Amino acid sequence: MIKILIYVFLAGIFTENFVLSKFLGICPFLGVSKKLDTAVGMSAAVTFVMVLATAVTWPIYRFILEPLHLEFLQTVAFILIIASLVQLLEIVLRKFMPPLYNSLGIFLPLITTNCAVLGVTTLVLDRTINGEVISFLPALVNAFSGGLGFFLAMVLFAGIRQKLETCDIPKCLRGIPITLVAASLLAVSFLGFQGIVDGLIK
Amino acid sequence: MAKDPKQKSYLREFHKGIIVENPVFRLMLGTCPTLAVTTAAFNGLGMGAAATLVLIGSNVVISLLRNVIPDKVRIAAYITIIAGFVSIIQLFVKAYVPDIDKSLGIFLPLIVVNCVILGRAEMYASKNSVGLSALDGLGMGIGFTLALVVMASIREIIGAGTLTLLPNLVIPVTINLWSPMIIFILPPGGFFVYGMLVAIVNKITVKKGKVPKSELGCGGCPMASSCSRANQGECGNE
Repeated sequence: MIKILIYVFLAGIFTENFVLSKFLGICPFLGVSKKLDTAVGMSAAVTFVMVLATAVTWPIYRFILEPLHLEFLQTVAFILIIASLVQLLEIVLRKFMPPLYNSLGIFLPLITTNCAVLGVTTLVLDRTINGEVISFLPALVNAFSGGLGFFLAMVLFAGIRQKLETCDIPKCLRGIPITLVAASLLAVSFLGFQGIVDGLIK
Repeated sequence: MAKDPKQKSYLREFHKGIIVENPVFRLMLGTCPTLAVTTAAFNGLGMGAAATLVLIGSNVVISLLRNVIPDKVRIAAYITIIAGFVSIIQLFVKAYVPDIDKSLGIFLPLIVVNCVILGRAEMYASKNSVGLSALDGLGMGIGFTLALVVMASIREIIGAGTLTLLPNLVIPVTINLWSPMIIFILPPGGFFVYGMLVAIVNKITVKKGKVPKSELGCGGCPMASSCSRANQGECGNE
């Protein structure tokens, strides 16, 4: 069990990084990664919502939708759960934790339409390790490490983009094109992690 | 979008989505599926077709309901409508074209959060008539599909040496001449080809005397109107 948790944790950060190998959450990755502090705020909010969303959607799918054969409602149900969860979180944070709200609050409405959150809750349902569908605890760890992987990619990329600003770049490559090329190089470095955690569960 | 509402001709609304306001290369919307599914030309086509159908359906329904939906809950209402259409398309694809379902995987349900669709609902369908919204959806959908197919063809030809037009119709292009550069169908190749295509589109628009798209503004963000920091440049503190 511990082995599986460690495996899921490391895989989520390195080999199955949401941004750089699964292409989920590219919009915030490109849009909010210009400055380090906003990148940190956004990824903290994403990690928070990912774990919460998995904690709610996983039991709902396994104990309500599946026994009643309502699997086709999955997409509608999940997106509504995530949207209302984000709203609820915003209200609760504003009321009880103003400092946290001030640092994460502005990112919360953006997270509803972040495909990484819907992706992490959907993908984990079919995820198998050694032929077994993973249970609730690994699912939560999966969400948490997915968030951390997002965090790592965002912070690394924010650093790269700050360096890029001082570079002399050909006119037509300025802005988005060079950002994408930089993301490509970052993805190459993450390819290097391929296979390093697979040995853990063999 | 036309500056003068009187000048909105139906033809213009249709073709602007294909080139001038191409959602992928000009508006920078829908980047996730653009990067993820463009490993084979046929996948791009399937994704584009599915997204186009959802886009037309949601644009029409949202345009019909634009005077009914209260302003405060409109995003939630839009998402529900879009999710409904996505579920319909998902069931159709699973039943009739299981090949596409397999290759698109998670990205088929993720059409719900595709910024192209929510962005068009917010920016266009909620303000325009049904006919115009349907044409806008069709034009944007075709523009999205075209962009995906172009990018997928480039990546597949360089990365795999083949061109998949249908699941059972794979044309060998360069596979018999030299071994393909596999990195182009891996994630880094996706980012790289996308960056290069945006650069080319920028170059062409500069030649035509227009301003190149250099930053991801708030214009492409579906949440812009409900965001307190819209049009202040970045999402964070300045």
